[in-house]
Amino acid sequence: MKRTARQMLDSPEFKRMVTKKRTVSVILTMALFVIYYGYIVLIAVNKPLMAQKVGEVTTVGIPLGVAVILLSWVLTAIYVVWANRVHDPEVRDLKSKVQ
Amino acid sequence: MQTTLGAPTTEALAFFLVISVIALAITYWSARRARSTQESTPEIDAAGGGVSALQNGLALSGDYMSAASFLGIAGMVALKGYDGMIYATGWLVGWPALMFLIAEPLRNLGKYTFADVVAFRLRQTPVRIASAIGGVLTVLFYTIAQMVGSGNLIQLMFGISYESALIIVGVIMLAYVLCGGASATTWVQIIKAVLLLGGVTILAVMVLSQFSFNPGSLYSAVASKYGQAALEPGSQVSNAWDAVSLGIALMFGLLGLPHILTRFYTVPDAKTARTSVLYATGFIGYFYIIIPIVGFGAAALVGRGLIGRVDEGGNMAALLLAESMAGTPFLGFIAAVAFATILAVVAGLTMAGASALSRDIYAHVVKKGRATEREEMRVARWSTVVFASVAVLLGVVFKGQNVAYLVGLAFAIACSANFPALLLSIVWRRFTTAGAVASILTGSVLTVLLIILSPTIQIDVLKHTTAYFPLRNPAIVSMTVSFIVAILASLVTRERSAETAFDDEKLWTYLGIGAE
Repeated sequence: MKRTARQMLDSPEFKRMVTKKRTVSVILTMALFVIYYGYIVLIAVNKPLMAQKVGEVTTVGIPLGVAVILLSWVLTAIYVVWANRVHDPEVRDLKSKVQ
Repeated sequence: MQTTLGAPTTEALAFFLVISVIALAITYWSARRARSTQESTPEIDAAGGGVSALQNGLALSGDYMSAASFLGIAGMVALKGYDGMIYATGWLVGWPALMFLIAEPLRNLGKYTFADVVAFRLRQTPVRIASAIGGVLTVLFYTIAQMVGSGNLIQLMFGISYESALIIVGVIMLAYVLCGGASATTWVQIIKAVLLLGGVTILAVMVLSQFSFNPGSLYSAVASKYGQAALEPGSQVSNAWDAVSLGIALMFGLLGLPHILTRFYTVPDAKTARTSVLYATGFIGYFYIIIPIVGFGAAALVGRGLIGRVDEGGNMAALLLAESMAGTPFLGFIAAVAFATILAVVAGLTMAGASALSRDIYAHVVKKGRATEREEMRVARWSTVVFASVAVLLGVVFKGQNVAYLVGLAFAIACSANFPALLLSIVWRRFTTAGAVASILTGSVLTVLLIILSPTIQIDVLKHTTAYFPLRNPAIVSMTVSFIVAILASLVTRERSAETAFDDEKLWTYLGIGAE
């Protein structure tokens, strides 16, 4: 059954898709904030921890910095996989129902 | 070690000139090719539609990774040790945020510029004037950073004064833009990305080969020369607020630079667009993970004394390292790669600045959309000249500053002037024209004001003993104020048409289709 744009906006399916998209975005953004600002704040307030040695001279801070970059990439990958596998088909489905 | 920097050698110069000419020729050739295929949107070049995710990912990274941030961060790590790494991480984290928050809605909306997106359901004229002002300021500060980097470079390669080097850069850049070789075509950006990634990789491998490919030995060499402190967070982040403020600027600044988003439209579908961002995030992450190796390598193998003597901001560390590892021809090669990529960025930025003035202000506002193409071209040319002159002058003011730090300031303006209006316009129904204009103007003016009052200008440039504003990067204050102003101004005004249009916009942003 085809619907008008207005009906689509008010439909529970559309609202569900919007909520889902927003939830995923917000959760991933929060994870990114915790990782990155956690790192920055840790540097600012707990220098002794960051200065602890993990190798002969290598400090905790160095692998942590690299980890922030790697984890940011992993978060991006999670989003891309979710959007390509789950989100896209839902959008296509809804789109086909609009007049 | 001995350096020939500042006393030019024929070998280094020959390499520098040959590589620069080749790079510029490629740029010019691909720009012409793009133009000859009659594209309606200049930014979207001939490759549009046929660009693969990998190619687009490289082009995105080429747009974003500037030689300035490479030279700046390597220098900062060389001189300040671990603190430079904080910059390196910040440069990447904007990308996931971009992906999660605004990339998708903007692609679906099908709008190419910041002003187009914000003005979608608001009143055109006021939004365009405000966003042109914010846009010009952002682009100007970004250009200054590139000018300082290339000024240093030319000064050292040709052994002339910094000021004359800046004027030469200004003239070359004008010639380049006015000859029309500046469109940021996909191929130019791909070549740029490959050159930068390649150059940094070669340097890092050369450094590590000196330490039997064990980063631990590299760090030991740095620690034995400059103490364990070089590997610990230090003075750069003495103030927690300054560190967080820098982090905010780096993360959200990217979201306020929508020219990056233009690249989302050069690929056929949303899936390819997302995959290309994943590639770009990978390349850029790799780039910023290995730059600190180059920086630490420069500290261990060249020495901080020489790096600081050659340039106060440390911007020439990577070049000195190149020279010490493989002699003057390699120095010429790396310098040419840096210069050609800086020129491509500066030219693109100048075009963006000039087109904001000529299109948004002159054509849309002064002429109310009735400007002829010739008039618009003339204004664009003059704006380019004015813009380049101002950039040269400000390049002199910011002499001796680290260029990565200067890019951080440009990002502070972008995240305060553009990001709040952009985000609210796509997520908040009650957002109004007054809110957008107030937020853009407050954000851009306040950021510039706070930079003027910061220690960088007050203490470093004006030699005062204290500064009126304590933070070197003002983003935490200016972005917050910009959001508050946007919300308050929207609440006291009411714009029914914008609210109705929000529903249409929602269909666009989520489904990529327009409502009748």
